[in-house]
Amino acid sequence: MSLQTNVKSQDEIVAQDEVMAMEGGNTSSNGVLLSVKDLRVWFELRRFGFGHAGYVRAVDGVSFDLRLGGTIAIVGESGCGKTSLMKTILGLNTPTEGTITFNGMLLSEQSGMALREYRSQIGFVQQDPYGALAPFMTIERILEEPLIINGVKSKEERQFRIRKVLEEVKMAPIEDFLPKYPHMLSGGQQQRIVISRAMLLDPKLIVADEPVSMLDASVRVEILKLLRGLQEAHNLAVIYITHDLSTVRYFSEHVFVMYAGQAVEKSLINDLIRNPLHPYTHALLAATSDPDADNATRFRDVPPGEPPSLVNPPPGCRFHPRCPHFMEGLCNVEQPPHFEPEPQHLVACWLYRG
Amino acid sequence: MTEQEILLDVRDLVLHFGVSKGVVRAVDGVNFQLRHDEAVVVLGESGCGKTSLAKAILRLLPRNVHTYDGEVYLKGKDVMLLSDEQYRREVRWRRMSMVPQAAMNSLNPVLKVGDQVAEPSIVHGAMRKEEAMARASTMFQHVGVPQDFLHRYAFELSGGMRQRVAIAMALVTWPDIVVLDEPTSALDVLTQANIFNVLKELKSELGLSFILITHDIATSSELANSVAVMYAGQIVERSDAHRFFDAPLHPYSQKLMASVPRLRGDQEPDFITGQPPSLLSPPAGCRFAARCVKRFDRCDEDPPVIEQNGRSVKCWLYA
Repeated sequence: MSLQTNVKSQDEIVAQDEVMAMEGGNTSSNGVLLSVKDLRVWFELRRFGFGHAGYVRAVDGVSFDLRLGGTIAIVGESGCGKTSLMKTILGLNTPTEGTITFNGMLLSEQSGMALREYRSQIGFVQQDPYGALAPFMTIERILEEPLIINGVKSKEERQFRIRKVLEEVKMAPIEDFLPKYPHMLSGGQQQRIVISRAMLLDPKLIVADEPVSMLDASVRVEILKLLRGLQEAHNLAVIYITHDLSTVRYFSEHVFVMYAGQAVEKSLINDLIRNPLHPYTHALLAATSDPDADNATRFRDVPPGEPPSLVNPPPGCRFHPRCPHFMEGLCNVEQPPHFEPEPQHLVACWLYRG
Repeated sequence: MTEQEILLDVRDLVLHFGVSKGVVRAVDGVNFQLRHDEAVVVLGESGCGKTSLAKAILRLLPRNVHTYDGEVYLKGKDVMLLSDEQYRREVRWRRMSMVPQAAMNSLNPVLKVGDQVAEPSIVHGAMRKEEAMARASTMFQHVGVPQDFLHRYAFELSGGMRQRVAIAMALVTWPDIVVLDEPTSALDVLTQANIFNVLKELKSELGLSFILITHDIATSSELANSVAVMYAGQIVERSDAHRFFDAPLHPYSQKLMASVPRLRGDQEPDFITGQPPSLLSPPAGCRFAARCVKRFDRCDEDPPVIEQNGRSVKCWLYA
C-alpha cells in the first residue's frame, strides 16, 4: 500500500515537472516537443583515408514536428536513412544541415552537460534486445547503471526506481528477475527489460527502432500494447521506426514513409492505408501480406530494381528508375516538392501537381 | 491434390539432445506428409523445435544427439536406414536440400558466389567445373540473379540477391524437396515479396516441393498448400492451407492467427499470455494446456491426434 502511494506521489512530481517545463520553455504554445527542420545528415567518403570522394546522403531534407504525447512512425526499407535519422535525433550523429529543436532548445548549440541532460530525456528501445543487454550483467545491474551514470546517488532511490519501472513493464515477480542474466529470459522478457531501461530516467521521448521485428508473432502485439500503454500513461512522445506497415496501425497515428533519405509521403496511418498516394507507398502496401491461402496462387507486384545508392542518388525524384508512372523530362529532372492533395496528407510526387 | 503421390512421409520422428541438465525433447514424435508439387509450412514460435525438425529430416545433426529415431520415407524408401555416408551420397542435396536460416550470411566471403553455387554439382553430381558453372548460371536465371554476378563476392550483393544465391545453391542439384528455414525473416518487405515470387515461379516451373519453416504466418500464406503447426516439439495441427487460414482448429493455432497484425480488416490483434514450456521437462498432458483458454479436466492427459475431414488436430476439444 505504502509503495503504491509512493508511486503516485512520484508520478505527481513528474507531472508537475512537465507542467513547469512546458510553462518555462517556449514549447507550451503549440505543444511541439521535437521539431526537425530540413535535416541533412551526410557522411563524407574519403579515398585512402584522406582526399574527398563524395558524400553518403543518408538523410536528405527531412522535416517533421512531434507533439508531447504524440506518436510518429517512420516506415522505410533498410538503407533508406531511418537509422541515421534516429541516431541524429538521439544526438549520436551531428547534422550536416538543418536543425533539431527539442523542448525549445536547439540541439546543435548544446554540448557537454546540456547534451547529456538532453540524452537523458530520450529513451531508446533497440531492435535486438539480446544484443542490447550486456550478457555479463544481471538485470538489476543493467537497470542500475543508467541511474548511477545520471547521478542518482542514493541506493534506496535507485532500487525504488528499478522496481517501479519493472512493475510498469509487467515483469512479475520482480525479485525473481533482478538477479537473472539476459540469456535466462525469453525474447519478449528481454525486450521488456530494454523498454524498462528506456523508461528509467522518466524520458519525454521514446525512440523505438523496430522494437518487435526480432520477436515471435505471439508476443509482438503484447510488446506494442505495452509501449502504447506506457505512452498513454506518461504522455510520452514516441518515434516508432519500422519496415512493417501492418504493425504501425496498432501503434501510431502519424506515419511518414522514407525512401532513399527523403520523406516521400506523410499522413495519418488510416489515410495512408485507405488511400496511398506515392507509387512507393503503393508498392509497400501491395507487398505486405495478410494471412490468406489465396496468396499462394498470385504473384505480388514488386517494382523492379533496388533502392539507389545514397552516394549518387538519381536526379529528380529518387524513385523514378523503379516507378511505373515515370514521366520523362519531369521525374528525372526536377525533385518533386510536397503536394497536399487531401488535408494532412503530403506526398512528394509529380502525379499530384494538380 | 490428394491423388498426387506422397513424396516424403515422416513418421514418429524424434530428435532429442543431451545437455548437462537433461534431455531436450526438441522434436518429439512428429508426423507429416509432403506430396509432389506441394509446399507445407511448419509454423511455430521460436524454441518450438522447427529448425531441429529440418535438421532431423536432413540429418544435419550436432554432436550432442541423445535420441534420433523414427521413419522418413522418401518416395517410399526409408532413408533412416541408410548409413551416414550413404545418406550423404544419395539423399542430402541430391534429393533434399536446404536453405539455412540467415542464408544470406552463410555464404563464404572469400569465394565467388558462382563457384559456391557450382560446388554442390561437383561434389554431389560428379560434374566437371565447366559443366557445373553452366548449371550454376542456369540456376541464376531461374532465381533472377544477373549472369555477371557469378563472378562477384557475397559482400558485393544486396541482402535480397544473396538470399537468391543461397536458394540457387539449394536448387542446383535438381533436388525433389527444398527445406527453407525462415527464408525471408531478415529481409525488407519488398525483397520478401520478391523472394516469394521467385519461389512461386520455381514451384510451378520446376515442380519442386517445399518445406517452409517460419514463424511469420502472414508471409507463410504466400507459398503454403498445407500447414503444420508445431508447439513444444510436437505437431498440434495439420490442415490444408485454405481451411487453416480461414478457421484454424487447435486453440494454439487460433491464438497464433489472432496475434497477426493485419493491414486490411479491423480486428484488434491479441496475444498469447505465458511462455512455451521448457523442452527439458514438458508437461505430461497437453503441452499447451497452461496457456490455453479452453482448458478443461481432460487436458491433463496427453491428447490423441484426431482426424477430422482430412485435417488432424491434437486436442481433446475435438475428441
